[in-house]
Amino acid sequence: MDQTTLNFIFVGASFALYFGIAIWARAGSTSEFYAAGRGVNPVVNGMATAADWMSAASFISMAGLIAFTGYNNSLFLMGWTGGYVLMAMLLAPYLRKFGKYTVPEFVGDRYYSQTARVVAVVCLIVISTTYVIGQMAGAGVAFSRFLEVQSDTGLIIAACVVAVYAVLGGMKGITYTQVAQYCVLIIAYTIPAIFISLQLTGNPIPGLGLFSSMNEGLPGGVEAGVPLLTTLDGLLTDLGFNEYTATTNPWLMALYTLSLMIGTAGLPHVIIRFFTVPRVADARWSAGWALVFIALLYLTAPAVGAMARLNVITTMWPNGVEGEAVAVDDLPDWFRTWEVTGLLGVEDLNGDGMIQYYNAGSEAGAALAEAQGLEGNELVTFNRDILVLANPEIAQLPGWVIGLIAAGGLAAALSTAAGLLLAISSAISHDLIKSTINPNISEKGELMAARVSMLVAIVIATYLGLNPPGFAAQVVALAFGLAAASLFPTLMMGIFSKRINSKGAVAGMLAGLISTCLYLFLYLGWFFIPGTAMLDSSQYLFGIPPTHFGPIGALFNFAVAYLVSNATEEVPQEIQELVESVRIPRGAGAAVDH
Amino acid sequence: MADSPSNNEYWSANIRLVTICLVIWALASFGFGILLRPLVSGIAVGGTDLGFWFAQQGSILVFLVLIFFYAWRMNSLDKQFGVDEE
Repeated sequence: MDQTTLNFIFVGASFALYFGIAIWARAGSTSEFYAAGRGVNPVVNGMATAADWMSAASFISMAGLIAFTGYNNSLFLMGWTGGYVLMAMLLAPYLRKFGKYTVPEFVGDRYYSQTARVVAVVCLIVISTTYVIGQMAGAGVAFSRFLEVQSDTGLIIAACVVAVYAVLGGMKGITYTQVAQYCVLIIAYTIPAIFISLQLTGNPIPGLGLFSSMNEGLPGGVEAGVPLLTTLDGLLTDLGFNEYTATTNPWLMALYTLSLMIGTAGLPHVIIRFFTVPRVADARWSAGWALVFIALLYLTAPAVGAMARLNVITTMWPNGVEGEAVAVDDLPDWFRTWEVTGLLGVEDLNGDGMIQYYNAGSEAGAALAEAQGLEGNELVTFNRDILVLANPEIAQLPGWVIGLIAAGGLAAALSTAAGLLLAISSAISHDLIKSTINPNISEKGELMAARVSMLVAIVIATYLGLNPPGFAAQVVALAFGLAAASLFPTLMMGIFSKRINSKGAVAGMLAGLISTCLYLFLYLGWFFIPGTAMLDSSQYLFGIPPTHFGPIGALFNFAVAYLVSNATEEVPQEIQELVESVRIPRGAGAAVDH
Repeated sequence: MADSPSNNEYWSANIRLVTICLVIWALASFGFGILLRPLVSGIAVGGTDLGFWFAQQGSILVFLVLIFFYAWRMNSLDKQFGVDEE
């Protein structure tokens, strides 16, 4: 049986499982559609949250992101996990106590203002839509790489699969499919990682292997007993790359980390997952469980990155950097397999029949070129995603593990897409249709409206995935920046302050939203249209890149909301009582039937 | 229910707890993981220094402990102040 057939079997089996769950977990009411009937066990919800959160980017790209810059990109590890501490202590339990279905609903009720609610809906839709484009594209890419179908065809298949269980089951169907998807993706991620860690260091836990010493008998002139990171640092500096463990700019790194943390805590599709547990106490536990399941991947990812990078270097330099590089004819099979996809590419520039991989633009690289007669780096294409995708083959694991990675990559993309689509559709059917356009809509009518909104959201997301706007890469920064600058401060102030009134909240949200957009547009182009940028990277305000702006936008939001609220009327008595009631868990059961 | 003295005490106990947790949260990530890394660079961990370990492993483990500690402590504060869910 060839690899593609095996991949089809694994992916097909995982889809069949999702469909089975969808039929079992059909939603019969709006409460089930929006919040899974608030009957989800906190551990189960933690697992679903982990799948909801970890996207195709976490699964496929993150290890590579870390591997190519080393220490500096640890900010993704801290940023994307540290946000859960903020969410667990500042938002999730209180919003669960509030006991409604959507994030804009809390904003609207707490700030007794339809305007505030609509502004929150706009923020939510911008954040979630930009995010979902990447997921749809990610699913298409996973299809094309593993199943040899066209990327566009793959995207449409993925959209149809999501449509079946999301429209049928709403939050209830999505929750239980996410649990299954989590199991698929974590097994797919950790099995190759464990084997690679064993091969290199003898330690079965990759996170510990990262700090262990090298095994005996490894290629590439690697000395046994020397720590893995020392070995990697040495090889990289010999080849003219930056040292793996070195720090570049700690203040910017801290700012970007903070931006990702606040952004994570303000992402509506993650927040609404905490509406599905039965009690406030469960919401607190559930945040912890979510991080346990996320940490299983996030503690493994830096090890996968470092080990895979080391493996690629020793493959290219089997006799060490001083010795002869790999001959073109001796490149391993996995290398040839992935060359076909265009993720890896070699070119024998100096015609010596060997492939030399080094950093030609550095001093050490120039010295190496001088010594060995090189005319440039010959590993001309080295896509960072390869470090996860080719991992099972590098570790010489059997074909079924590769099939598992295919199913895992798709599970990561589908689970995140479904969560985002639910956040979008519930904002439309509940916050716009039910609350603004047609308040008299019946329970059955709203459920139907929710299903139709879901379908429309999927169609739009599919269209955007097939025709991605040219700015797809930048908009992810926009999503985090906006979540950090708009929703997070507004939600937090709504709970922790009784003084912030509707005028303050609306002004604050707009200040955060506009300042963040302005800063992004000035440097990246108005609405990201190429050529319309008015300033370049040498003119960053205090050297701050647009991707790092989230905390500053949040600061604007806090400051404006505080000043405007203090200059205008007090918050009405009944709203102050609402804040009081959100702060204590008692009575959460009653809030369920609203 | 609003503004009763025990609710105020409950709320300030919560704020105290959150503050302590967030100080540790910041110390593990922004502190040892990034800005204070030079201070702990003398402590070697498997081929590199403590700061690197905090940035790639330690901070995440600290976050985990913090969330579970907070959940456990708050759930018992709820009972102590009689504001838990019946």
